[in-house]
Amino acid sequence: MSQHTFTVNGAQVTVDVADDVRLLWVLRDILGVTGPKYGCGINVCKACTSHINGKAFNPCSVPVSKIKSTDEITTIEGLPATVGKDLHPMQEAWLEEDVAQCGYCQPGQIMAAVALVRKVRAEGRQITDADLDTLRNICRCGTYQRIRKAIKKGAQRM
Amino acid sequence: MTDQLDHAEETGSRDIGRRRFLGYLIAAPTLAVGVSWIAGDNPANAAVPTLPQPEDIFDLGDLQNLAAAATSALISVQVNKDGTASFALHRCEVGQGITTAVAMLIAEELDLPLDKVSITLADALPELLMNQLTGGSNSIRSIGLPVRSAAALARSRLVATAAAKWDVPAEEITTADGVLRHGSGRSADYGSLAEAAAVSTTVTVEAPTLKDPKDYRIVGTPQNRIDALDAVTGRKQYVLDLPVPDAKPTMVRRPPTINGKPNAVRNEDAVRAMPGVLDIAVVTYGVAVRCETFGQCIDALRALDVEWAAGTVDGESDESVLGKIKRAQLPLAVPPLGALTVEAEFTFMFSSNAALEPDNAIADVRSDRAEIWATLKVPIVAQGDIAAMLGLPLDKVAVHVVTGGGSFGRHLFHDVALEAAEISKKMGKPVKLSWSRTDALRQGRAHPMSVSRIRASHLLGNVLTFEQRHTSSETSFSHGLGEMITNFAAELPIAGNLSFAESIFLLSQSVPYNFGVVTQLLNEVPLKFNTGSMRNIYSPNTVCAIELVVDQLAAKMKKDPVAFRREFLRDDRLRAVLEKAVEVGQWGKSMAPMTAQGIGLHGEYRGAVAVLVEIDCRPETVNRPVEHGVTGPRVTKAVIVVDAGLPINPRGLEAQMIGGLNDAIATALTSSMHIVDGLPLEGSWDNYFYTRQWNTPPEVEVVVMPPTTGQPSGAGELGVAPAFAAVACAYARATGTMPTTFPINHGTLSFEPFPTQPYTHESPTDGLDSAF
Repeated sequence: MSQHTFTVNGAQVTVDVADDVRLLWVLRDILGVTGPKYGCGINVCKACTSHINGKAFNPCSVPVSKIKSTDEITTIEGLPATVGKDLHPMQEAWLEEDVAQCGYCQPGQIMAAVALVRKVRAEGRQITDADLDTLRNICRCGTYQRIRKAIKKGAQRM
Repeated sequence: MTDQLDHAEETGSRDIGRRRFLGYLIAAPTLAVGVSWIAGDNPANAAVPTLPQPEDIFDLGDLQNLAAAATSALISVQVNKDGTASFALHRCEVGQGITTAVAMLIAEELDLPLDKVSITLADALPELLMNQLTGGSNSIRSIGLPVRSAAALARSRLVATAAAKWDVPAEEITTADGVLRHGSGRSADYGSLAEAAAVSTTVTVEAPTLKDPKDYRIVGTPQNRIDALDAVTGRKQYVLDLPVPDAKPTMVRRPPTINGKPNAVRNEDAVRAMPGVLDIAVVTYGVAVRCETFGQCIDALRALDVEWAAGTVDGESDESVLGKIKRAQLPLAVPPLGALTVEAEFTFMFSSNAALEPDNAIADVRSDRAEIWATLKVPIVAQGDIAAMLGLPLDKVAVHVVTGGGSFGRHLFHDVALEAAEISKKMGKPVKLSWSRTDALRQGRAHPMSVSRIRASHLLGNVLTFEQRHTSSETSFSHGLGEMITNFAAELPIAGNLSFAESIFLLSQSVPYNFGVVTQLLNEVPLKFNTGSMRNIYSPNTVCAIELVVDQLAAKMKKDPVAFRREFLRDDRLRAVLEKAVEVGQWGKSMAPMTAQGIGLHGEYRGAVAVLVEIDCRPETVNRPVEHGVTGPRVTKAVIVVDAGLPINPRGLEAQMIGGLNDAIATALTSSMHIVDGLPLEGSWDNYFYTRQWNTPPEVEVVVMPPTTGQPSGAGELGVAPAFAAVACAYARATGTMPTTFPINHGTLSFEPFPTQPYTHESPTDGLDSAF
């Protein structure tokens, strides 16, 4: 057991847990942050997608020891705070398109979508169908068409 | 008590169609109403249509309606002091939108804003008998009318209460948006009368008049899901998110073959000493570990050294199962007639109905009672099995139904809840059990392999015979639906002592064309795989086979596929959706070589759907590189036209059509299980290739037809079969080769399989490398 300190959704946390426990379980089982979901545990389904310092990543595949004290972890619960409103524009777009069905993948989808839009924007481009094709997040309900519409809509407001 | 209220308490009933309703005012602190739904007289002997097939007369949903009829007494709606209405739904929400649709029905009849209706999921209620099954796309069909009746009764009781209070005739009171109004200027919101309208003794009352559909202001309008905000903010709670005290993460090390069992654990003490490990228990199908975190469960289960006993299908493989299925095929009656015969045989591989949320359950089993939390579509059967396993009386086992992260047939079964109860009992502690992704694929239920053989004969522009023999590895229906068949077999307009699977097949299948003598028969091989229904059960495979042969017949008669269907269709609703799809999808437009349109039609659940897709099979598309993914042909566009009888929520209906399309694309093109030596090779999502963004159509249009029948059809599964058929037919037209094995890529193994032991994979450590 050792202590690990970092920031989750704007609040500094310290946890006492073995170094190799993946961050997903630190978030879910120790800190009770349950927005990131378990769908595979091997960085494949992307249901746990969250942000580290603003970039999308999958905490199921990062040992807590790799998280530095200066790192800021943002899960779906902390996403609105990044714009200072109740909802992030991507979440608003998600509601307008009524994307979710069962909803299980949706926190990860939204976190991935926000990061994708930021990345494309940093490259000085608008988001394209080819960009959307690169998203690996699985939606087993098959909401893909509404996801695509919502991302395009959310991107215009970010 | 006033005259109006006295009058309201007279016993009465009301005929709606051939069903009778009884209303109740239920003793409660605030207004609570219920309706009981009594099956009326048996349907009169209708004239027998020409060449009827059972599904035409009486389908699976009708059977479920009938089974639900006698036990709907507990359909009840409560009006609260804050002006909201509550309803505990005895169905399971797994993404299909049933909670939203039911909230809409209640808001409609009660004249409440939609956001003032709150829906929870009812616990297992044994008194509901078989009226607590979510399946067969039947929820709205079976409970829509009783729910509306209960809401209408609540409204009429509020009106009567206000009328008494204001001393005015009830007919002069109007309701809108949760407020009662009278021409004199008096008004009251529902909440203010919720207590006054309540009764202290349950009484039967006049059954309510339902709103005229022309006055609908919510039903039939597109509405967003009532749980959407929770879903997008991460607040929506699934089983694993529930903070049940001391229910620690628990997982299971599983055997190298399906249903293998543990003989002995050789290193229990060593594993118990690992970080975070709390408890270890040998259970029926593996060895359970309970830890501080799920990550430590994965490490601990991988470290276990277990000696295994054989499973139930050791040595079976794709090839051996296919051989057994082919040997079990029932004979075709009409001999081949040379050039006048079209004959084809299609193989559909095992496919997984695993949801994204892995199978999970929380169990807290004590010596004298137990409490279970799980996503259960047949919670009463789960409760009974768990109580029997634990040796507890039924009323000591509380089963809470939790909204699920998808189902697709998986949650008809309670395997994981039963296992959680067993583990909790053996450990003597609460457990939060999750199957690993690999468990869910390798030991979880699968839709079994099947072969569909069709022989059709034609002469002088007519199709004379159309025979289909569908043969499958056994599909388990052990979730208890069988009771319904037993109970209502006498009601069925079909003769004979059918097995349950055969009954389901007959009640869900029909050929919608005038093809002369039509026969469709099912046979199943009793192999002990873990199987179950997958979204739309038999229909995706049978309809795909039918529609491919329809295209073959059209080609032999030198007719365009749409022109041929127009000529032979015997169903006006299918004809209408076909014409709409042809128009919106621009059937027959010029397409590049190796690309093509395809059309698929299907009617089921008293609904009708046409799907028109465009597929791109050009090499540059088929060979797109995607790391650890499969690409292949891409469906580039889809038009889905749906006639749902009376669409409750067109937006939810559209969502179900889109989902069905993506399921169909997966089973047609990319997703299957490869069985080798008694175990599927697939271990995770980059092995089991469900549709991903790079394979989904960028362009999809769903057209919801205006109401036709006045009755809502099923919706959740309705789109899968016609979409599957459309994709298959488009592929055949684009490539010039009719596919005969599905998915079309099954012959190529596109991944490196996980080992057979241990197969729950260690989590990677390099996740930061792929951050973007």
